[in-house]
Amino acid sequence: MKGTQSMHRPQRLGPRATQAAAFAALWAAAALVLLPVAAILGVMFVRGGRAISWELLSSAEDGLLPSIVGTVTLVALTAVIAAPLGIAAAVYLREYAPRGPLVRLIRLAIVNLAGVPSVVYGLFGLALFVTLLGFGRCLLAGACTLALLALPLVITASEEALRQVPERLRAASFALGATRWQTVRRIVLPNALPGIITGLILSMGRAAGETAPILFTAAFIALTKPFPSSVLDPIEALPFKLYYMATEAHGITEDAKWATASVLVGLVLTINLVAVITRARLRGARRW
Amino acid sequence: MNTGARRVREWLIERAIQAAGAMAIVFVLAIFAFLLRDALPVFRETTVRDLATGRTWLPTAEPPKLGLLPLLLGSLYVTIGALLISVPLGVACAAFISEVAPRWMRETLKPAVEVLATIPSVVFGFLGLLLVGPWLAELLDLDVPLFAGLGSLMLAFMAMPMIVSLSEDAIRAVPMTLRQNSLALGATQWQTIWRVVLPAGRSGIIAAVLLGMGRAIGETMTVLMVTGNAAVIPLGLPGFLRPVRTMTATIAAEMGETAYNTPHYHALFAIGLLLFIITFAANTIADVVVRRSGRTTR
Repeated sequence: MKGTQSMHRPQRLGPRATQAAAFAALWAAAALVLLPVAAILGVMFVRGGRAISWELLSSAEDGLLPSIVGTVTLVALTAVIAAPLGIAAAVYLREYAPRGPLVRLIRLAIVNLAGVPSVVYGLFGLALFVTLLGFGRCLLAGACTLALLALPLVITASEEALRQVPERLRAASFALGATRWQTVRRIVLPNALPGIITGLILSMGRAAGETAPILFTAAFIALTKPFPSSVLDPIEALPFKLYYMATEAHGITEDAKWATASVLVGLVLTINLVAVITRARLRGARRW
Repeated sequence: MNTGARRVREWLIERAIQAAGAMAIVFVLAIFAFLLRDALPVFRETTVRDLATGRTWLPTAEPPKLGLLPLLLGSLYVTIGALLISVPLGVACAAFISEVAPRWMRETLKPAVEVLATIPSVVFGFLGLLLVGPWLAELLDLDVPLFAGLGSLMLAFMAMPMIVSLSEDAIRAVPMTLRQNSLALGATQWQTIWRVVLPAGRSGIIAAVLLGMGRAIGETMTVLMVTGNAAVIPLGLPGFLRPVRTMTATIAAEMGETAYNTPHYHALFAIGLLLFIITFAANTIADVVVRRSGRTTR
């Protein structure tokens, strides 16, 4: 067998040499996935870092402050809307739901919700929140739209956190005569809290960078009133500002564009870092 | 508190939790219903056939020309290009992480891929527009710095974290005994990966590719910023080096300036509906594939 094969393909590599070549290719693939992106992000931070000034960050007229404040407010309101819904849904799926077709259907819906293109969320937000409910293009409409987008992430992360709570804690609580809700509230939720909060913060990191969903539901450029005073006020937002600066604006320096991009990525990375630190700190306090 | 009142309160809370649980279904249906509601009036202006086969997208002309073919093909070009780059690289990276990489490297690579996933799409668009596009145009001597292939390239790297981590899950789920049997028969580690592990993890990898496709076709800001947005029908391989306009980019670029309840407005919702249906199909098929494979390996 081996003989005939090597007659047909005389230069065929031996299995060892093939493995060496294949492994080299795998190393190269891993490098190719990460290094180019790391390199261009590096360029961005170097150029942006040089251009960032206190004036650019803090000026309300031509600086980034309104966009930063807008994005932070937007994300905070998104969290306020998405957290109760998402955590309750996760509690249902993990602690209450009987196995069956309904749960199967809910999970399929969550997977699909996670896959809906972000611009389609924007259309939905425009049709429902902006137009039908009459919010107008504002903070609230944007937050509702982003909350919907974040919901599958919050549910999935919360469910994972609930899954990590050992079954014996529930059993002990039931054995003491606690009802299901008492067990959930006093035992399961407090123990799952670190994971739930981490997941929530990570989802907000994602929401902070989203542009398409707020394009027609919340975001404006160069508002005369740069800071919102009610949830029905329009806002500026960092990702939208970056999009605008990169594509439409004339007379904006390259430096300002790179600085804005760096601030946005810096903000998103900071949110993610906060999530990681939160997890580490809250986990440290827990012993199972 | 007396037990009666507590029972009522718990009953209410539990009903609320139940309602929250079913909410995902409600939202999927609501999105579909609202897209349908604002998309259907477009058929006062045109027919399904004309939408699907019309070669011109001039929504503000009089009468409006609402041919979606250039946009559909634009999305298809960018997505297929992205998958051609991200699937082989992503699966190879996943195989590397779970089968080959030394431990310290695995511990570095996984978080690095996760960080990659957090970069907002508008930032990828920005970097493509200001850095990668001009650089590639010079390197390849192109007439334009923004083209379909640039969108594919940027999208490939955006879809990569998802493809890598889902493929890695699929590869990791292959039972260790299969690997041991293969190695015991004298196969090299690479032969084991190529002939045993990857085929055994096949369905999970296919699901990862489908989800990556759904992600790529629905991606908006990056393609809006780097593909040049010319609504022309791409042709052949050179099509990758010319500007195209995708469905998502069309919605994002035009909805802001479109008056409510015009044919243009309804046509943009029709595009949204089409995107929703495509991603719904991709996600549902991926979910079914994953579940079926879960059953057979057990």
